[in-house]
Amino acid sequence: MNFKHKYVFLFPGLFVLIGILIFPIIFTIRLSLSGWNSYTPEMNFIGITNYIRLFTDDPRFWESFFRLSFLSVTTVILQYIIGFALALIVWREIKFKRFFRVIFLIPMMTTPVIMTVIWRTFFHESLGPVNDLLGNLGVKPILWLSDPVIAKFTVIIVEVWQWTPFMFLLLLAGLLSLPKEPFLAAAIDGASPFRKFVYVTFPLMAPISIGAIIIRLIEASKIMDTVFVLTSGGPGTATETSSFYIYIKGLREFQMGYAATLSFTYLVIMIISLTIIAKVLTKLMIKE
Amino acid sequence: MKTIKTCVTALISALLVFSPVAYADKWSDQFPHIKATGDIPGECSYESMSKKNYKGKTLKINTHAVPVMGEPTALHAEQFAKLTGAKVDVTHTPAGDLYAKAMVPFQAGQAPYDIVFGFSNFINDWKRYLEPVPKKYVEMKQMQDVTPSHIGIASWDGVMYQFPVDGDRHYLKYRKDVIDNPKYQKKYKADTGKELRVPQTWKEYGEMAAYFNGWDWDGDGEKEYGSAEVMKKDDLMYAAFYSRSAAYSKNPKTPGGFFFDLKTMKPLINNPGFVEALTDWVAATKYVPPGGINFGLGDEIGSFGGGQTLFSFSWDDAFVAAMQPDSPINNKVGAAQLPGAMKVWNRTTNSWDEGFNQAPFFVWGWAVGVAKKSKEKEMAFDYLCFFANEANHQADIGIGRFGVNPFRNDDFKADVWTQIGWDKDIAQSYVDTLAQMEESKNRVFPLRVPGTFEFNAALATAAAKALAGQLSPQAALDEAAKQWEDILNRVGKDNVRAAYSVGVAMEDNKL
Repeated sequence: MNFKHKYVFLFPGLFVLIGILIFPIIFTIRLSLSGWNSYTPEMNFIGITNYIRLFTDDPRFWESFFRLSFLSVTTVILQYIIGFALALIVWREIKFKRFFRVIFLIPMMTTPVIMTVIWRTFFHESLGPVNDLLGNLGVKPILWLSDPVIAKFTVIIVEVWQWTPFMFLLLLAGLLSLPKEPFLAAAIDGASPFRKFVYVTFPLMAPISIGAIIIRLIEASKIMDTVFVLTSGGPGTATETSSFYIYIKGLREFQMGYAATLSFTYLVIMIISLTIIAKVLTKLMIKE
Repeated sequence: MKTIKTCVTALISALLVFSPVAYADKWSDQFPHIKATGDIPGECSYESMSKKNYKGKTLKINTHAVPVMGEPTALHAEQFAKLTGAKVDVTHTPAGDLYAKAMVPFQAGQAPYDIVFGFSNFINDWKRYLEPVPKKYVEMKQMQDVTPSHIGIASWDGVMYQFPVDGDRHYLKYRKDVIDNPKYQKKYKADTGKELRVPQTWKEYGEMAAYFNGWDWDGDGEKEYGSAEVMKKDDLMYAAFYSRSAAYSKNPKTPGGFFFDLKTMKPLINNPGFVEALTDWVAATKYVPPGGINFGLGDEIGSFGGGQTLFSFSWDDAFVAAMQPDSPINNKVGAAQLPGAMKVWNRTTNSWDEGFNQAPFFVWGWAVGVAKKSKEKEMAFDYLCFFANEANHQADIGIGRFGVNPFRNDDFKADVWTQIGWDKDIAQSYVDTLAQMEESKNRVFPLRVPGTFEFNAALATAAAKALAGQLSPQAALDEAAKQWEDILNRVGKDNVRAAYSVGVAMEDNKL
């Protein structure tokens, strides 16, 4: 067999890669160097004007980026803690184990947009059941969606509810795949459940935990549907995230060129920051 | 012989007299939507459409979400399909995405939709992609009754691009059973020393709304609130802000622009008039229902129409919803022009002119056009003509949630409204309000320039920041003005000026 022929087998994969990854990125970069908008719908060349605008004259993008960082880090930490706790519960031999495993997965199986509409109804400040229940307990109506600070936590509640099951699923799979010997050894040494968790379970779960956290951080950094339906980025811009802001610029205001600039910059930032986060987590959680 | 002659004459006379009724019954039996009037003869009536044959053809429509405009679009699509044999696909899209959903294929040279619904202020951006309304439709009888201001809104440089299906303006709605109630008038006077009356100024509006906020003033066991307003960013709130600003900023002594100074193209939206309006609006967050800061148009209609608030101002929908027979406040509401102000900013002297000023806002409304690249233009225009035929129009304007509002001279007659159960004085106050706005010489028209969406979005974001307490009114509007300058530089001042001059001419009563 001719040695060079083996490269022919790479072509199908290569074509797919070019089609779905390389071409869109190159097209986005080219679009970001144009002024395409509603009144000049053409791929003209304006150099790095859009990038200059982004870095010198668009604090709203950076505010939305830092807000996104806060929301995604907070939600993922909470999802990890709650997901790990739930996984530990159903990992043990408890009654109705299978039933609970299915119950814990239900939020993840629902459609995010539909669930967010339901959450929005729950949190409706004058007509929703949450404030109604609190009112029966003598608590004043809480401005779930109208207060700039509380609205952020409302978004966090919905995100945690929706995506904790994903973390739970990954961590439970990890727990079920752990070797039994270290736990037997710890039991023989008389280790308490707490010490067993700290010195055996948690270190063994570290590689899976890092994978789960990174996957969820990638997903959480794209948060859009929850914000879109629940608050539309409001009140004011209090819950606006990067992806929602890019959506506004691109598909509401039709500044296609500038939206491409935002998208590409955001992609670069995310690649760099997630690489750093993965390295830091590895250093912190995995001990040689 | 004489008897036979008499009988034949009587029969013919009876047929002549009763034929329109029999005619109407024939169609209203099949289409109960028009049961009040039956079919009304015309070029696009039910009878006329039934003679068209579009079997095997498909009409694709992109419209707003149900119910506002989405529901009548779907209803008339179903009727049109039954009458003509056409297949009609209706796609429903949220208000904020209507612009892009049409623009993306427009710019790509495609026509996934034959008919696109949007807002009348999109006209400048959309007109190059829309087919002008053909002469035969422009000259039809049903079009001749459309008011000149709404013909103007649907047209550009004398060419009609948008088919009139809706007429819009913002005005005040109030609870008549409270404002006209002697018991409350006495109580209000005793507590505040002021008269309880239809608010003449925004300051009065605020005082009354604050007074009637948070207690059960209609005895239904629920708390009521001062005002329901569209305050949600990206949900038409910029229009509400312009309504609140008009009285403070539209000075009849300083023609030449409300949004910009036409000569210099300097944005005016951060002048003291607009700042005063935004300051009032920030205060209004204290007298809206809980969560009112997130009210979109649908919430506002539901809130006022459901009897939750004393005041509201926006399009006709909330008023018509409140007047429907199943409404808890049926025949308990009144209409009036938007409140005025006791001072108005004069940008020439850079000072306030003292004295009462009032300026109606002819806000943009629903608009619809046919894509230039559509392969079914004739069918598309027939559908639109059918949508707005006299029978459908009369039925549609009486249903608040439909979002179809008066735009024909006939709509400004009180009888049209008393026929559907409105009290005579309410119907009269309603049509008088609309007519006064048509006659006003100090009107504000919507911004219709290239990049309209960008300008309005920048303003809405700034106003939303002020409402949420993120920025002071002055800082928020300074931020918006700076963004308007940036947009002007990107679009080109001369391009915007050329388009804006058309709106200014309408405002200055030169068109």
